[in-house]
Amino acid sequence: MNNSVTNTVRLLGAGLRALLVLTLVTGVIYPLVVTGIAQGLFGNKANGSEIKADGKVVGSSLIGQSYNLPLKKGQETPDPDLKWFQGRPANGLGANSVNTRYKLILSGATNLSADSKVLIKQVGDAKAAVIKDNSVPGYTVKPADVPADAVTSSGSGLDPAISPEYAELQVHRVAAKNGLPVDRVEKLVKDHTTGRTLGFIGEPRVNVLELNIALKDLVAKK
Amino acid sequence: MGPVLAGVLQLIALIGALALAYIPLGNYMAKVYSSRGHLRVEKWIYKAIGADPDTEMTWPAYLRGVLAFSAVSVLFLYLLQRLQGVLPGSLHFSAVNPAQSFNTAVSFVTNTNWQSYYGEQTMGHVVQTAGLAVQNFVSAAVGIAVAVALVRGFARSRTGELGNFWADLVRGTLRILVPGAAIAAVILVACGAIQNFSGIHEVGQFMGGSQQWNGGAVASQEAIKELGTNGGGYFNANSAHPFENPTPFTNLFEIFLILVIPFSLTRTFGVMVGSVKQGYAILATMFTIWLGFTALMMWTEFAHHGPALQAAGGAMEGKEVRFGVGGSSIFAVATTLTSTGAVDSFHSSFTGLGGGITMLSMMLGEITPGGTGSGLYGILIMAVIAVFIAGLMVGRTPEYLGKKIGGREMKLAACYILITPALVLVFTAASMALSTPPHSMLNSGAHGFSEVLYAFTSASNNNGSAFAGLNANTDWYNTMTGLAMLLGRFLPMVFVLALAGSLAEQKPVPVTAGTLRTEKPLFTGLLVGAILIITGLTYFPALALGPLAEGLAS
Repeated sequence: MNNSVTNTVRLLGAGLRALLVLTLVTGVIYPLVVTGIAQGLFGNKANGSEIKADGKVVGSSLIGQSYNLPLKKGQETPDPDLKWFQGRPANGLGANSVNTRYKLILSGATNLSADSKVLIKQVGDAKAAVIKDNSVPGYTVKPADVPADAVTSSGSGLDPAISPEYAELQVHRVAAKNGLPVDRVEKLVKDHTTGRTLGFIGEPRVNVLELNIALKDLVAKK
Repeated sequence: MGPVLAGVLQLIALIGALALAYIPLGNYMAKVYSSRGHLRVEKWIYKAIGADPDTEMTWPAYLRGVLAFSAVSVLFLYLLQRLQGVLPGSLHFSAVNPAQSFNTAVSFVTNTNWQSYYGEQTMGHVVQTAGLAVQNFVSAAVGIAVAVALVRGFARSRTGELGNFWADLVRGTLRILVPGAAIAAVILVACGAIQNFSGIHEVGQFMGGSQQWNGGAVASQEAIKELGTNGGGYFNANSAHPFENPTPFTNLFEIFLILVIPFSLTRTFGVMVGSVKQGYAILATMFTIWLGFTALMMWTEFAHHGPALQAAGGAMEGKEVRFGVGGSSIFAVATTLTSTGAVDSFHSSFTGLGGGITMLSMMLGEITPGGTGSGLYGILIMAVIAVFIAGLMVGRTPEYLGKKIGGREMKLAACYILITPALVLVFTAASMALSTPPHSMLNSGAHGFSEVLYAFTSASNNNGSAFAGLNANTDWYNTMTGLAMLLGRFLPMVFVLALAGSLAEQKPVPVTAGTLRTEKPLFTGLLVGAILIITGLTYFPALALGPLAEGLAS
């Protein structure tokens, strides 16, 4: 009996020492070396791909933002600022939060199912809003023109991109709100459309933040 | 080019990359676990552990090593979380509560990486990097070690010796996982994944005001999270978060990392048992099921049945624009057919049938190709069962790789395949029968049941992905999924190692005209059939209540 207790203690001791040594290797040396290489070779990327406009950091090219008007009195959700290109809905962002004490950019999805009544309503409302917001005199958006990414929330709730179809759908509205010719804004979208990597990896997309920064320049030059 | 064709081309490119890695990586891993020499740093580590790496272990000794190391790991990780409030580098996060600390500790030690917490709100640098990420390495190394011990059981005869656990653990970590993860991490950073220690800080926004960012050692954790088929995300959104998975290329690269070791281990197996053709037969089985499931998933997601997805005009809920439906579908199958559980899109919002495929993938026991190591030992158990069935058909004593499959071997294999279904079904039934656990469901009806079924399938099979609508951070789910993970990881290992010991003691039987040729396509067909039928019969009633009911209704 005593013998087996001693053996067990000895074995657990060996396990603990193994864990501590491997923690040193994989939990201290490994991340520090990778951080050193990352910071040395790809400093901007390792720090979040910050993007500047007029010399000021305005976010990350990888993280989506909202482009809303200031919250009015009595409003719970702010209205979108239709001068700017809008990103995807972010109904998941914070919705599944249990703790917002730190007010982090909590990432997450809605996790609503394909037959969820809540999701059906969200999609329907989003579609109606997209049609209403983007239909301007001389240009009417048909329900069939609205792409899926315009009315659904992403996985991270931080999707930085929209489909080229959704960007094109917003061109007339953005042009009208900013007093720009439609073809200039159309060209802007084309210039900021990224195709599939190597022609087949991923989906074509438009980075909303980069597009809006370019739009701001265009408006300033006008 | 349409999105369907692009998705298919991505799949083909992925297969090509895996094929290129198969022989070199498989051979290298065989060499790692067969070589007699030790690196200098390894000798130093063995000295620190106080273990002689050249001492051969019988199966009980090997198992004791596995259990001792894992028990200490659970305790260490538990304490690290409980003490977070007083540790430096904790970003002012407080200690994690006891039930959640237990759940998370078990989750990472068992290679499950089920997360009932929100990464960016709960865990500081020290716990993430020196606690969770460490288990990403060593739990994967433990899995491979047990698989290699089983392979040695087939390869050796008239001995009870299965190798040395400490040597296998250290070699797997140092020679395979650390170099692989380091290269992968640098590639991920080059594409935009973050790697810093800036903590929580404010960054300006386009419309004014600021956004709060949580910096950390993300790329280094992301790399081993995929390579070690772990799956625990730095952030709540896991691999959907742009800082973890910034581009379409990193998405495909992460899928490659998930699959490369499990597939290549069949080569290691073939080399170690002295017939690479035996490895190909197992590979063909894994590949057939994986490809079939991926094709089914792409079909159902592109078809986007389900009223909300029909209204939206595409299955983009919970998916990122840069990955699209194709990239998300390939990722979802890869992550659930292995023990990874990382997600680049949220399975709960997939079509009913798509969600069902992710569940069925886990229910197969995560053996095609399965987790690092656990996939190989799982499918070898199924191979034993398949030769037994074939033996019954022709009335011969079954044998596999020159070893007789007798009563003792069959009992061990049968126990192995009964454990996880029992855990999944009993825990799910208990959660539905009691009054409070169903309150955690986000969705109602069939989908709500699926959330609970998914949780216990994921925990018992050590996957870790979730129908994340379920609020699993309750005492019931933290404790019960914790138990499911523990039993689902270590009980099978007991039977695997016992089987390995029993096989290693046998003397080989010579191949005769009556021997079932297990390197032939006929056997691959038999094995695919056995896997699908056994799982199908076990889980069909539960699947019918959840994803099938949802999928057929739409």
